[in-house]
Amino acid sequence: MKLSHIKEILKAKVLVGEEKLDSLVVAGTASDLMSDMLRGPTSGSLLLTGLNNIQVIRTSVISGVAAVVLVREKRPTAEMIIHAVEHDLPLLSTPFTMYSACGRLFREGLRGVENRGSRVSGAEIV
Amino acid sequence: MPQLQKRFNVDPRDFVRAGEASLQVQRMLRNIGFEEQIIRRASVCAYEAEMNIVMYGGKGELVLTVNPNQIELQVNDDGTGIGDIGAALQEGFSTAPAEYREMGFGAGMGLPNIKKNADSLDIRSGHDQGTRLKILFHLTGEPR
Repeated sequence: MKLSHIKEILKAKVLVGEEKLDSLVVAGTASDLMSDMLRGPTSGSLLLTGLNNIQVIRTSVISGVAAVVLVREKRPTAEMIIHAVEHDLPLLSTPFTMYSACGRLFREGLRGVENRGSRVSGAEIV
Repeated sequence: MPQLQKRFNVDPRDFVRAGEASLQVQRMLRNIGFEEQIIRRASVCAYEAEMNIVMYGGKGELVLTVNPNQIELQVNDDGTGIGDIGAALQEGFSTAPAEYREMGFGAGMGLPNIKKNADSLDIRSGHDQGTRLKILFHLTGEPR
């Protein structure tokens, strides 16, 4: 799904990466637990999170996340913005809660990382 | 391909810089031209280990060595060490205080995740002996 479409669905503000709105994300994932992000097949996916600290950006870069959405209109720290720019990582903010944001994206066709197979065992493919 | 070695210092409780060494490891591996999958595995291991030093370790270092057969990460710190290595390798085992959990870490997934992503993991530690990790990734083919 295109980032521009995600922006629309989530009525999101683009804080970093306006020039990358044409790029694609392959799946969606949501977590406040950065340890979980490091475990799954998150490369190329969209991360929705309620956490706003610098480790969100570093964890996303390390795990290959394609873009980050802060839910419930959380404001990023200045440090987060600086690092997102440095690593060319789009950063958006949506007024929706985590649950609603995930539901809206899923309804429009953005599926979870389970559907990508590798390294997630026992997960049902929807 | 000649051997390449790079050493990064990691300071305990420095959450402002925590993860910067691993990002440099990721950048170096990408510049060499390895496949994305092995870069991700090695970067995730470096990051988990670096966060462990920052959260639990004393003064530490991360040493990246690349030779024609393997990528090696040595992670050393002079902290209090791991009392029970077997327990620390169990998913969900954690001694982390609440403040680390609020940052999104300390869920007891670090060492298990390193083990899952590495081709081999050697842990040397004990009470007041610091911790030494040797993490290996085998290179099956030539870098691109």
